[in-house]
Amino acid sequence: MAPAQAHGTPAVPESGITPVAVRSGIAVEINGERFVHTGDPQMPLLWYLRDVLWLTGTKYGGEHGENGADLVLVDGKPVSAIGQPMNRLADKRITTVEGLAANDGTLHPLQQAFIDEDAIGCGYCTPGWLIAGVALLKRKPHPDDSDIDQLPNSCRCGVQTRVRAAIKRAAAGKAGPA
Amino acid sequence: MSANTSNGIRLSRRRFLQVLAGAAGALVVGVRFAEAGEPPLPPEWLGNDFHDLGAYVRIDSEGNVLIGARDPDTGTGVATALPMILADELDADWNRVSVVHLGLGVEAGNDGHPLWTYGRQRGGTGDSIPAAWADLRLAGALARWLITQAAARRLGIAADRLRCEAGTVIAPDGRRVTYGSLVDDASKLDLPTHAPAPKPPQRYTLIGKPVGDVDAHAIVTGQAKYAIDHHEAEALVAVLSHCPWPDGSLASIDTAPALAVKGVVKVLQLKPEADQPPGHTVIAPAVAVLAESTWAALQGRDRLKLEWKPGPSAAENSAALEQQATALLDSQSAPTTRVRDDGDVEKASKYAAIRVEATYYQPWLAHACAEPMNCLVRIDKDKASLVVPTQSPQQACAVVQRLTGIAPESIAIRVPRVGGGYGRRLDHDYVAEAVLLAKAANKPVRLLWTRGEDFTHDYYRPASVHKINAVIDHKRNLAGWNQRIASASALAGRGVPADRLWSSEVSADQLPAGLVPNFRSDWYAQQSALPRGPHRAMPHLANAFAAESFIDEIAHQLREDPMKTRLRLLGEPRSITLQGGGTLDTGRLRNVLQLVADRIDWKDWLHSVNGLGIACWHMDGAYVAHAIETSLQNDKLGIERVVCAVDVGRVINPLGLEGQVAGATLDALSTALNLAITTRDGKVQQHDWKAYPLASMAQLPNSVETIIVPDDGRPPAGASFLAMPTAAPALANSVFRVSAVRVRRLPLMREFLRLS
Ligand code: FES
Repeated sequence: MAPAQAHGTPAVPESGITPVAVRSGIAVEINGERFVHTGDPQMPLLWYLRDVLWLTGTKYGGEHGENGADLVLVDGKPVSAIGQPMNRLADKRITTVEGLAANDGTLHPLQQAFIDEDAIGCGYCTPGWLIAGVALLKRKPHPDDSDIDQLPNSCRCGVQTRVRAAIKRAAAGKAGPA
Repeated sequence: MSANTSNGIRLSRRRFLQVLAGAAGALVVGVRFAEAGEPPLPPEWLGNDFHDLGAYVRIDSEGNVLIGARDPDTGTGVATALPMILADELDADWNRVSVVHLGLGVEAGNDGHPLWTYGRQRGGTGDSIPAAWADLRLAGALARWLITQAAARRLGIAADRLRCEAGTVIAPDGRRVTYGSLVDDASKLDLPTHAPAPKPPQRYTLIGKPVGDVDAHAIVTGQAKYAIDHHEAEALVAVLSHCPWPDGSLASIDTAPALAVKGVVKVLQLKPEADQPPGHTVIAPAVAVLAESTWAALQGRDRLKLEWKPGPSAAENSAALEQQATALLDSQSAPTTRVRDDGDVEKASKYAAIRVEATYYQPWLAHACAEPMNCLVRIDKDKASLVVPTQSPQQACAVVQRLTGIAPESIAIRVPRVGGGYGRRLDHDYVAEAVLLAKAANKPVRLLWTRGEDFTHDYYRPASVHKINAVIDHKRNLAGWNQRIASASALAGRGVPADRLWSSEVSADQLPAGLVPNFRSDWYAQQSALPRGPHRAMPHLANAFAAESFIDEIAHQLREDPMKTRLRLLGEPRSITLQGGGTLDTGRLRNVLQLVADRIDWKDWLHSVNGLGIACWHMDGAYVAHAIETSLQNDKLGIERVVCAVDVGRVINPLGLEGQVAGATLDALSTALNLAITTRDGKVQQHDWKAYPLASMAQLPNSVETIIVPDDGRPPAGASFLAMPTAAPALANSVFRVSAVRVRRLPLMREFLRLS
């Protein structure tokens, strides 16, 4: 909905109703769309995504994000969404797992590689691996094993060897964002 | 439109193969579990609500095939494998198949007991495929039979001259008719008097072929919705603070600071109900903060001022329990249960040439599911609806029924894909909590356990101490094996008779039972207040580590290649009857052992700079072996290679099986390397992933080389945790070769650093 000031200062209507003041908030760009967070500025990004936007691909893994389930890209860098209060994110560009594929639905090469390698157990940790893997491939289009060893994620179902294969597969094909 | 239920073929007293007549423009076939004379099918089945389909197949006039997967998929791949079985029998085009995760199928029964429409619904227990194998093939075969009959009529050609391929019926003259165009006719045909025979295995087109996970696309795009991802606009978010002691109580509470947080609506208390078995009630007293958002609820919880009063369990600590277990095994006291006693171990001992003894220590373990416990529940006057990450929706339903009095058929339970189970979600304490809170708040509730609650309020895998004595005779044969195990049974308090409490702790048939003439297995019960429950590959995980490490120690005493010791022990290929039913085929066990040995170049065992270790096991009619190569450089232990061979009989989805084998192997390595739950003053010490560190990418091998023994017509056995038990002993055995350090205590990493 267009904010009121877009039309200049409207005259006070005859009825005496005054226009609602523009709500101030924290502007962020998430997966290419603009959002304004008007709630508690301390709210971590994770809960903004999951509770407010119902964008639930980014998972809750723990209070400190140590298992990597809640990784998102902020200005291209992988960070734990639970550790990012909204007030630190003004005007940042955020990409979640939902934003990895192109607008026409074409998957990121790493997403496709995860499917091709069947790099999926229960799948709960998968979004976090994808975000970490996409960031790695961007930084280093042909990562070696020791680069892959540095990924911060953990997984109870044991997908690590298949994730490794998927990253190598994506690197061998077309690396980097779609 | 009324449903016609008379159209069924009886398979057993309570199983019917059935066609749903009047399913507008579609053919719906399935196996129905019911008593004779049950009420008519619910009308929703006729419409578009696919969730009510059952373990059924629905083919619409466009040729789309919808198959319901009845068992929860906790990452085991059953939502892919079960529909594959049916689709193959149907000769469906897999590209046209969609799979739905079914919710609980429940109807009112005649006698007040619920009728489980789809039969068993249970996931992560390793038996989904064996349990459904026969029925799914029959359902697929009936659907194909009906379609072929309809095609025969349309084409004027005898049905037995038609063949089916990828959703099309093909006549000898090359004419083709698609399934979609036949379903209307097919759904009106009379059923055959007997169930049509399933295909001979040579004609399988899908079974045995690699198929990717049906949810893969939804998962990699972040669209897959787990229970935790479900919302309901009116729902309050509930976050808990549990008492650290299950038998503790609330001493004081100040709710004001929590209630002052914007968005916090209520603070409520929860208490365990007396005389309820574990999993049916709240695990420990708790205080819940209910708020309009997760963030508000979390802040509210952090501001609660709580003091908990310890119960008797505050005297417990894991180190003391272990000492107690050791003392018990060192004493001459009688065991709680003599699980098995073959031959005469005492007599054998008299003729010993060599005696070997060792004691193994294994810690408490948590389930550490990726998706923490959570539950969305809405209760209206006489009906309830829930979204639950559960391994057993029937158990969840029983809990809801008990707490609300609502009839089972009015309890809707949806089970989306589940973020890990490993046995934790066979207990439903978190469902009980959500229901109690929704009742008290008179609002829908979305319960979320934070990670700290998840680690500290689990039903843990009990710690155990294994002490084994072996007797080697003058011919260098293993003549006697006397093992004694002390643990606090995971079945205690669960209504299991005292003389069966051992059965979660040890298997009567586990190796080397049946292979050693004088064999004794004793179990000693310990008491613990720490909640305990089913855990992945229990009791094999702990027992295989002890037994398969010990066989390596025997080989060492004999100065023999441990592979040779194992082969001598297994002897000629033969079939040994198991006490618990079924047989041990020593040939199949030898085979998996030999396969991993060949792959890892076992002939270098003695001279390799790296260490090679091996282990084998059998459980539930399936066979597994691991061979592992470790290196030691500058005191740093590295896992260089891991090979695993499995023999599970018929393989449905080799890609899925490979994933399960690699996954279970890595999970078992991660557990063996790093993980332990400890208690002090009755409190669990591990609150987060840092304290319970699943193995990092760097700690784990770069690949798991998986060998699947080609099946030879045996029915499929369960496989989801088959590769768990042998990974840790193969690792410990290889560590011994590379470092001369014998690790008898897990987690291995800590112990290795202590000893080396
Ligand atoms: S796939 Fe289940 S935790 Fe990683």
